[in-house]
Amino acid sequence: MTHHPMGSAEPLLAVRDLRVTFQRHGEKAFRAVDGVSFDVRPGQTVGLVGESGCGKSVTSLAIMGLLPKRGNRVEGTAIFDGEDLLSLSPSAMRDRRGADIAMIFQDPLSSLNPVVTIGRQVTEVMERHQGLSRKDATPKAAELLERVGIPDPRARLINYPHQLSGGMRQRALIAMALACNPRLLIADEPTTALDVTIQAQILALLKELVVDTGTALVMITHDLGVVAGLCDEVNVLYGGKIVERGGRHGLFQRPRHPYTVGLLNSIPRLDAPRGEKLSPVPGSVADNLPWDSACAFAPRCPNVLDVCTQEQPGWDGDQVVGYRCFNPMGGPR
Amino acid sequence: MTDRASGTTDESPRRPSYGQRRRARIDALATAGTVDDQPGVSLIRSAWLRLRRNPVFLIGLAITVVFVVLALVSPWLAPWDPTARPLLDQVRPQSNPVPGPEPGHPLGADDRGRDLLSRLLVGSRQTLIVGVFATLFGLLGGLVLGTLAGAMGGWVDSLVMRVVDVMLSIPSLLLAFTIASLARSPSQWTLIVAIAVVQVPIFARLLRGSMLAQRSSDHVLAARSLGVKPRAIVFRHMLPNALGPVIVQATLSLAVAIIDAAALSFLGLGNPDQRQPEWGQMLGLAQRYISEAPHLAFYPAGCIIVVALGFTLMGESLREALDPKSRR
Ligand SMILES: Nc1ncnc2c1ncn2[C@@H]1O[C@H](COP(=O)(O)OP(=O)(O)OP(=O)(O)O)[C@@H](O)[C@H]1O
Ligand SMILES: [Mg+2]
Repeated sequence: MTHHPMGSAEPLLAVRDLRVTFQRHGEKAFRAVDGVSFDVRPGQTVGLVGESGCGKSVTSLAIMGLLPKRGNRVEGTAIFDGEDLLSLSPSAMRDRRGADIAMIFQDPLSSLNPVVTIGRQVTEVMERHQGLSRKDATPKAAELLERVGIPDPRARLINYPHQLSGGMRQRALIAMALACNPRLLIADEPTTALDVTIQAQILALLKELVVDTGTALVMITHDLGVVAGLCDEVNVLYGGKIVERGGRHGLFQRPRHPYTVGLLNSIPRLDAPRGEKLSPVPGSVADNLPWDSACAFAPRCPNVLDVCTQEQPGWDGDQVVGYRCFNPMGGPR
Repeated sequence: MTDRASGTTDESPRRPSYGQRRRARIDALATAGTVDDQPGVSLIRSAWLRLRRNPVFLIGLAITVVFVVLALVSPWLAPWDPTARPLLDQVRPQSNPVPGPEPGHPLGADDRGRDLLSRLLVGSRQTLIVGVFATLFGLLGGLVLGTLAGAMGGWVDSLVMRVVDVMLSIPSLLLAFTIASLARSPSQWTLIVAIAVVQVPIFARLLRGSMLAQRSSDHVLAARSLGVKPRAIVFRHMLPNALGPVIVQATLSLAVAIIDAAALSFLGLGNPDQRQPEWGQMLGLAQRYISEAPHLAFYPAGCIIVVALGFTLMGESLREALDPKSRR
C-alpha cells in the first residue's frame, strides 16, 4: 500500500469487506453489496461507478448507518478516524452524521423539506452540531449560501424549496452538507436530476469546495465522464463487488476489466466519427450469475472463458489498483 | 420499504368487510396531498387554483360560511328568545297542538308555543359546537395515536393499529350510541365525547399512513443524513408534511359529526335541556306531532341535511383537489 504515492497518508475511511444482505420474511435473501473494500484518504476524491442496481447507494447508506432498521444485515467494517462506524450506537452515529460525514442525494427537490424555509434547514444543522442559537447561525447560513454560489443569499434564507430552481436547490443541499465542515462528503449521483449545463456547474462547485476545505469526497455516479473530471481514484462496482480499481489516468488509459471497457465505450466522445453508434454494455444486470460460483458479469462479457462460469474470480491487485477478472483486457499482468 | 405497512389488512377475495372498506378508504386518503411533482406550498396553491373554479367546492363553501356566520350571530339575529313562549295561548292540545305561521312568527311555533324560527337559528349554535368540538377532540386523539404509531413503529405501532382496526370494524353510529348511553346524565358533552371517540381511529389510521409515507421520503432521509435528532425528524420533518390528508378528513368529519350528533340526540342521548335547542333534539321532540305538524320535523331535518351536505361537498372537493390520482 505504501509504495504508491497516493497511499502515503493514513486512510480517513477504510471500508473492509462490506456486505449488505436484504432479507424479508418469506423472500429469498438478496446480497446487494458483496464484500466491498476501499480506502478514502483525507482530501482525496474517490469515485464509485457502476450501472443502476449495482449497489452504489446501498454501500453509501450502509456506511452512513441510514439503511432501514429492519429487513437487512450489514457485515464488515468501515473505520473512520479509528472508529468502526458500523458498530457505533445509533446516537453516536447521529453525532457523526452532518458533523464529520455528510451526504448529498440525487433529487434536490425531494431531498428538501417542502414546508421549512431554506434558511431554517441550513441553520438546523449548525444548531444541532455546533450548539449555535438560531440567531447566531443565521448570518453563517447566509455566508454558506453565498459560498455555494447562491445569489442574494439573505433573501433566499426565507424562501421555500419550491421557490428555488433545481440547481439552486442542489447548492442549498450542498450548503447544508458542508455547514459543519465535515471531513468526508458522500455525493450520491448529485447531478443526475439536473440539466446538463447545471450539472457542469455543480460538479465544478463540488470540486472547488473539496479543494478549498480539504474535504474527502466519495463520488457515486454511473457516468464515467463525471469521474474523469473529478476523481483521484475510481472503483468500478458490478453486482455488489468491486471489479476494478485504479487511479483516474490508469483506469482510463489502460482499463483491464471488460466491464470497465464497456462503460468507457458508452461515454459519448466529441472526437468520434459522426453516426458512430455508442456501444453500451450489452445485456442487463438481470443476467447476472451469483458471485459465489462464477463471475457475475460472465453472461454479458465479450472476453468470457469457460472458467468464468465455474469459479469466482479473485482480486488481482492491492488497495490502490487491481481488478477481478480471469481474462482481463491486455492479458494478465 | 419495511414490513411495517402490512399486517393490518388481510385481503380476502370475497366482498370486503365493513371494516376493510373503511380502512381502504382511509388509506386511500393517506396518500393525498403527498405528491412528488409539486410538493409543499406550491401543491396547496395549485390545489387552490383548481378549487376556485370548482362549483361543487364553492357551493359547499357558501353553505358552510352561511351556517357558521348564522351560528355565531344567531342569539342577536333571532327575533324571539328561544325559551320564551309567545304563542303559548294558541296551543290547544286537542285541536291545534302546534300553532302555524302567523305575522311575526314566519315558521309558527312548536308544541309549547316557542317561536320555531328562533329555535332553529339558535339551535345552529349547539350543532356547530358539537360538530366542531367532537371533530377537534377526535382530531387531537387521532394526532396523538397516529403520531405515536407512525413515529415509533414496532410494537407500539402494532398495538395502536390493532385497537384502531377493532374500533373501525364497529359501525360508527353504533359505537357512538354505546358510548353515549354509558353517561349517567346526558348532556351535549356526552355527544361530543361519544362522537370524538368514534373519530379517533379514523384520524389515527390516516395520520399513521401518511407518517409512514413521510418516514421513507427523501427529505427525511436527507435530514437523517445530517444527524437531525429523532424528535425533530418527527415534529419538524414528518408531522407537518403528513397533516394535509388529516385536514381534509377533518372537514368531512364535521359533516359526520353533525349528523351523528343529530341522530344521538334524536334518540334521546343528547342534551335533554330544552332551554338549549339543538336540531337533533328538536327533531326528536317533533316525532309526537309528525302526522299533524310534519313541518316541525322537516325544518330541523332540512337544516341538518343542508349543513352536512355543505361540509361534505367542501371536504370531497378538497380531497379531490389534493389527490394526485383523481386529477383531471
Ligand atoms: N431496502 C431495500 N430492500 C431490498 N432491496 C433493496 C433495498 N434497497 C436497495 N435494494 C436493492 O439493492 C440493489 C442495489 O441498489 P442500489 O440502490 O444500491 O443501486 P444503485 O447502484 O444505487 O443504483 P442507481 O444507479 O439506480 O441508484 C438493487 O437491486 C435494489 O433493488
Ligand atoms: Mg442509487
